[in-house]
Amino acid sequence: MRIPPAVDVAGAPSPPAPAAPPRTRSEARAAFRDSASVGLGFVPLGAAFGVLVAHSGVDWWWASLSSALIYAGSFEFLLIGMVTAAVPLASVAVSALLVNVRHVFYALSFPLDRVKGPLGKAYSTFALCDEAYALTAGQQAHTWSGRRILWLQLFMQLYWAGGATAGALLGSLVPDGVKGLDFALTALFTVLALEAVRERREDLPTPVLALLSALAARLLLPGSLLLAAFGLFTAGLLVRRLTAGKDPSRA
Amino acid sequence: MPDTPYLVAAVLVAAAVTWALRALPFAVLGPLRASRTVRYLQSRMPAGIMVILVVYCLRDLPVTHTAVLAPLAALTVTVGVHLWRRNAPLSILAGTAVHVALASTVFAH
Repeated sequence: MRIPPAVDVAGAPSPPAPAAPPRTRSEARAAFRDSASVGLGFVPLGAAFGVLVAHSGVDWWWASLSSALIYAGSFEFLLIGMVTAAVPLASVAVSALLVNVRHVFYALSFPLDRVKGPLGKAYSTFALCDEAYALTAGQQAHTWSGRRILWLQLFMQLYWAGGATAGALLGSLVPDGVKGLDFALTALFTVLALEAVRERREDLPTPVLALLSALAARLLLPGSLLLAAFGLFTAGLLVRRLTAGKDPSRA
Repeated sequence: MPDTPYLVAAVLVAAAVTWALRALPFAVLGPLRASRTVRYLQSRMPAGIMVILVVYCLRDLPVTHTAVLAPLAALTVTVGVHLWRRNAPLSILAGTAVHVALASTVFAH
């Protein structure tokens, strides 16, 4: 599906006949379609998170609060174990910092410049999860307006918080012997990786470099795997860019 | 079981740290976005970052134990179904179902 280009060109006069509401509706509809693949992955994942909360003995509302206010899936899975062990809040803060510090890298390429207004920008940064980054940083998103990006982020958060709440409320119905629901997160990232690699299929060195960075980080710094891997990967890309720049045929 | 004020405080602390990490870098890195090197990174980072996140999810694979077969089979099914149908929800559900089935039965301990 393609939206007509040139509508969102800066400085262009707004179309006279259809006022804001119809356009908002069509952008919301487009965002709903965009969100379906990743967003529907969120419902089972959120439900898995809710079930784990229920099985850990924490009240159901905590799954809703966590998914609505933190909205960082992989860290929320970790946080269940931390709060049931009642670790100090300082440890919670440091862990949140280490697990989520990867989001620093998203500021380099997330299209926040297209999102208008301080409230919109505030929500867009708040809801900047891995999957929102993956969808909006890809090539298919180059024509999306700021409003469409905001709708997309809102739908994705609703899927996550809704799934988590449902899972926590119904979690007691799931037998304790059912294990391994958390694989939904691995499967989601696997699907996103396949799609992202496919989008740049002529560029095999990038995923190979990322894989080597991740394996090196796993061996050398297992305690801060994500930070070390993202750092190695970014450094590797920069080295590649510099060495390619010296070759005049590839400039 | 931890009390309610502690549970709420843990969420608020984690939410504040997470939002700060997502929002503050835009102010710091904003001026860099126009550079050609940053655009080079932009075009390549999505694919690499997703690969790293997959490895992160699999970081505790019990490589010397037969239980490793549950995540490996689930990963194979996820990739296979996705290459076959290219339907993200279907791939995720199929892989997760295989993992739950194996981890809850054959490899339960």
